[in-house]
Amino acid sequence: MPILRAENLYKSFSNVNVLKGVGFTLDRGRVLSMIGSSGSGKTTLLRCLNFLETPDRGRIIVDEEVLFDAADPATHREADKRKKRLHFGLVFQNFNLFPQYTALKNVMLAKELLAKEQPDYRENKAQIQKSIIEEASALLDQVGLSDKFKNYPHELSGGQQQRVAIARALALHPDILCFDEPTSSLDPEISGDVLLAIQDLAKRNLTMIIVTHEMGFAREVSDHVIFLDGGLIAEEGLPEAVFGAPKSERLKSFLGAVL
Amino acid sequence: MSFVDVTLRLLEGFSLTCVIFIVTLIFALPLGLAISFASMSRYKAVRAISKTFVWMIRSTPLMLQVIVVFYGPGLIWGPGFFFERMTAVLIAFIINYAAYFSEIYRGGIQSISVGQYEAGHVLGMTNRQIFMRVVLLQVVKRILAPMSNEVITLVKDTSLARIIAVKELIMMSQEYISAHALIWPLFYSAVFYMIFCGGLTLLFGAAEKKLSYFRS
Ligand SMILES: Nc1ncnc2c1ncn2[C@@H]1O[C@H](COP(=O)(O)OP(=O)(O)OP(=O)(O)O)[C@@H](O)[C@H]1O
Ligand SMILES: [Mg+2]
Repeated sequence: MPILRAENLYKSFSNVNVLKGVGFTLDRGRVLSMIGSSGSGKTTLLRCLNFLETPDRGRIIVDEEVLFDAADPATHREADKRKKRLHFGLVFQNFNLFPQYTALKNVMLAKELLAKEQPDYRENKAQIQKSIIEEASALLDQVGLSDKFKNYPHELSGGQQQRVAIARALALHPDILCFDEPTSSLDPEISGDVLLAIQDLAKRNLTMIIVTHEMGFAREVSDHVIFLDGGLIAEEGLPEAVFGAPKSERLKSFLGAVL
Repeated sequence: MSFVDVTLRLLEGFSLTCVIFIVTLIFALPLGLAISFASMSRYKAVRAISKTFVWMIRSTPLMLQVIVVFYGPGLIWGPGFFFERMTAVLIAFIINYAAYFSEIYRGGIQSISVGQYEAGHVLGMTNRQIFMRVVLLQVVKRILAPMSNEVITLVKDTSLARIIAVKELIMMSQEYISAHALIWPLFYSAVFYMIFCGGLTLLFGAAEKKLSYFRS
């Protein structure tokens, strides 16, 4: 039973057709990598899954629940978007940490705001707050930042900031965690730490979709690879097949250019 | 005319100056925010109205606006309709400063990257939470310098109230010229403004320092 089913997604901006019918499924605990040249629609696809863009056509189904169906206006309600988004997490290319909060607070903030909406928040405030702090601390430990709890984003290196962003996304326990080129704004020397953190998540059987230009990493970490070309899935399969024995000319020339 | 007498009399004028300053800020700061939201509204008509309003206010002298608020209602609705002098001054000042503040707010709000909003959305925050918990403090940090400029200008603009005979500091000191042929009280009034603005400068400096713990 797949946890995520994206069906026939279309998206255009004014007159540019960016996604032209993309569909795939993802099983729980699996890692999907998405590769493709610049402008092929990778970011747009992730943004559609995270409800930052609204697809023109298609469906998004998580755990048998139809979160979005372009043909069914009942699934478009602005008020429901918030809850639906929580099925997904998104780690941005340029981190987008909140600069006025410490690393720890960045990880805690969204969880705190959600907790305040719980009916029992007032009675158990201290208890809830304590568990949020504990969990956030554990997540920062997990990404190797146990000594940076109190640092503000500008006091951290790019790689450290990105790992805070990963911890921040994990704090809400998304069903599917998406990464949009998590290392492409980092120096090659420090991107390794981020890749290790993601690899560690894969070992913990987190369900992930990773858009990346790091082919070696994609090959190693993923269970399935999709090659997006001009808004369509041009080729997909096991990493060994996609990287080892590409069939289409487009993929061959793409791999030839990046490797 | 002893120095102490003059000082006491000028302090009387200065107290009105302070009232104009404080009341204007109390109302213009939030009103400016509302106007800035209107200027950024998703509805074109709202934006157009708001921007026209800001243009009208910013393109006419504050002194003229004070006069219009004071004499306008009587001209339109007959002699029975008028505001108290002080009320007219406050209305004109609040509207004028709200218009200027709204543009500073708008610049600050629009300078925050969309990534901050998107990060908040992806984390399940509401628009309100994103504004209050993520964007606001960054905006405050960014607009502190232009706001301090505007607020210090307000201190000196209060002297325009004398155009409809509100006895603020300058008007008080000018009376010594006509009544006693003394000009030094007018020069002396500068000291009050300088002390007040000096205090404000220190205050804004402290706020800037307080927000220097993060970069955005
Ligand atoms: N908001 C937008 N308005 C107009 N066009 C857009 C918008 N967002 C994306 N596009 C266009 O959609 C196309 C695909 O963009 P997208 O960012 O999804 O590509 P990508 O595969 O992520 O590329 P890259 O590898 O460079 O990140 C591009 O041609 C881009 O110009
Ligand atoms: Mg992209």
